[in-house]
Amino acid sequence: MTGASAVKHAAKAPELPRFRAPIVFGFLLLLFLVLVGRSLYLQWIDNAFLQEQGTSRYSREIELPAHRGRILDRSGEPLAISTPVKSIWAFSGQVDASPEKLAQLARLLETTPKALAKRLEEASDFVFLAKQVPPEVAERVAGLRIKGVHDQNEYRRFYPTGEMASHIVGFTGDHDVGQEGMELTQQEWLGGKPGSRRVLINRRGEVVEDVESIRAPQPGRDLALSIDARLQYLAFRELRTAVEANKAKAGGLVILDAQTGEILALANWPTYNPNARNRVAREKMRNRALTDVFEPGSTLKPFTIAAALESGAVRRDTVIQTAPGSMTIGPNTIHDAHPAGALSVEQVIQKSSNVGAAKIALSLPPATMWQMLSDAGFGTAPNTGYPGEVAGRLRPAKTWKPIEQATMAYGHGISVNLVQLARAYTVFATEGQLKPATLFKAGTFVGGRPVMKPETALAVRHMLELAVLPGGTAPKAQIPGYRVAGKTGTAHKLEGRGYTNKYVSSFVGFAPASAPRFIVAVMIDEPAAGAHYGGDVAAPVFSTVMGSVLRTLGVPPDAPSDNVILPDAAAAIREET
Amino acid sequence: MVRVNLLLLAVLILCALSLVTSRHQARKLFVELERETARTRAYETEFGQLQLEQSTWAMPVRVEKIAREQLKMQIPGARRIEVVPGEEAR
Repeated sequence: MTGASAVKHAAKAPELPRFRAPIVFGFLLLLFLVLVGRSLYLQWIDNAFLQEQGTSRYSREIELPAHRGRILDRSGEPLAISTPVKSIWAFSGQVDASPEKLAQLARLLETTPKALAKRLEEASDFVFLAKQVPPEVAERVAGLRIKGVHDQNEYRRFYPTGEMASHIVGFTGDHDVGQEGMELTQQEWLGGKPGSRRVLINRRGEVVEDVESIRAPQPGRDLALSIDARLQYLAFRELRTAVEANKAKAGGLVILDAQTGEILALANWPTYNPNARNRVAREKMRNRALTDVFEPGSTLKPFTIAAALESGAVRRDTVIQTAPGSMTIGPNTIHDAHPAGALSVEQVIQKSSNVGAAKIALSLPPATMWQMLSDAGFGTAPNTGYPGEVAGRLRPAKTWKPIEQATMAYGHGISVNLVQLARAYTVFATEGQLKPATLFKAGTFVGGRPVMKPETALAVRHMLELAVLPGGTAPKAQIPGYRVAGKTGTAHKLEGRGYTNKYVSSFVGFAPASAPRFIVAVMIDEPAAGAHYGGDVAAPVFSTVMGSVLRTLGVPPDAPSDNVILPDAAAAIREET
Repeated sequence: MVRVNLLLLAVLILCALSLVTSRHQARKLFVELERETARTRAYETEFGQLQLEQSTWAMPVRVEKIAREQLKMQIPGARRIEVVPGEEAR
């Protein structure tokens, strides 16, 4: 009964309005249309986002690292190498780790948990926990699986020669970009350009297929310098010893290949270590041998004499009266350190007489002397390929007063840098040709620019040999077993408006004199341990360095004293052994 | 006609299967190539590190120290050098 009444009740339910079904139907259709419209919209119009999401499921763009080229010495020894390292970083808010794990992390990064925590707290966002750690350490950090701690690949530059060659090689900054020296000037050549490619990956993240190469990586190229790492070491060691022994302010030493002009070594003191250069004074980074000028003093005399010989104003045995050891030009007086009487032109160089050189210079027209100095490379930057090298100062001949011409004869009133000075001596080491000084490894043949007649160059070379022999100014520059030629220089330092009692001691010379192979130029700035003459301060440095260089490179002695084994005796010895 | 179609179907299936296998082969080879490239890079890295290590061991400072202190070597003075003339000097 109840069931039947219920059915009856249902049947008797009030009629639905007739339009209700079409409305619902229409409404549903509308919803479908919205869906269709939305899907069409996503498919055809606003598809970028989904497309990207889709691709990112199976395709990746992979960065292809390109390492920076190495810097090598002339025999391929590395002076700068990049190796991969990792940097550890974190988002400070997201680090979530137990205290033990943080302690482990601190131990791996060689710091204390406290310092680490402080570092994380202080930073608001992204923070480096450790920069440039070895890959093994980074692996162990990753092994800790701390949430919020990540690593990234980087390259670190290492300089095996450290402080010895830092002035030439320079260093790179944080992003592997050169900041000083060759690293800076040769950035374009050394720097690699990272590339990228698109690949397909599978579910496990392994690369399964190459799709396209977006950019091919361009690894940096190696750069071969003219430096010889062994000679650089010798130069640096001896220079440091000398600067310290003389309590000097600074010093520089350059070794040139006498025949090609290549710079085989270039050392400066003070220096810095490019591997650990936090808080290095700018001062120590200066490559004094190229970016600082000084008044060369008597090392310039050979060029005065050469100009006079070349123009025919004097011959090598012309006698010049230098007594009484001083000479007055207008209000100024020139002095000789060791007054002598009548000297031949040869002896003017040998004894380094200022008065003699001045008299010879005054017998020449200023233009002739200027031409010689300019041809020898003074007053123009040496163009070695180093940033910031200076040209020095050689004023135009028209502005010279007689006193200036006289002082310039012995290297005052003109400024040069050490490399310029060393390069100028290639004229005497090669029969009159000026070779280009370069920091890059040269080919086999290097052209030179003729500056004077071969006879003149050889005559001056002979005088330079006399200067080193007993009776000259630099007997301390002698090297047993070899013939040496060279010239001392001692110049008062110019400060403000006048000359002071501070000195720059220098020596430039080459050996073996019979067939010159190397030129060594030494400059010691403000020696303060008593001695200040170039012959006492710089000449011994020349002797040790040149001696070591000749021995290291196996140059046969050209003046063996009394211990030559005669051919017969040599044969006898060979039979015995 | 039916037989030809069946034959073509068989050929089609064969081709499809061989495509699948060659595709699979290609992927496998590619994965191998990837692995070798990664190894090359690792070796390059190691070479750089070894070079660095070698140049550290061969530092003139160190060589000289060992020569002087452990091997008791010294630089001969000029008096102790005897010059033997070469072939062309005779």
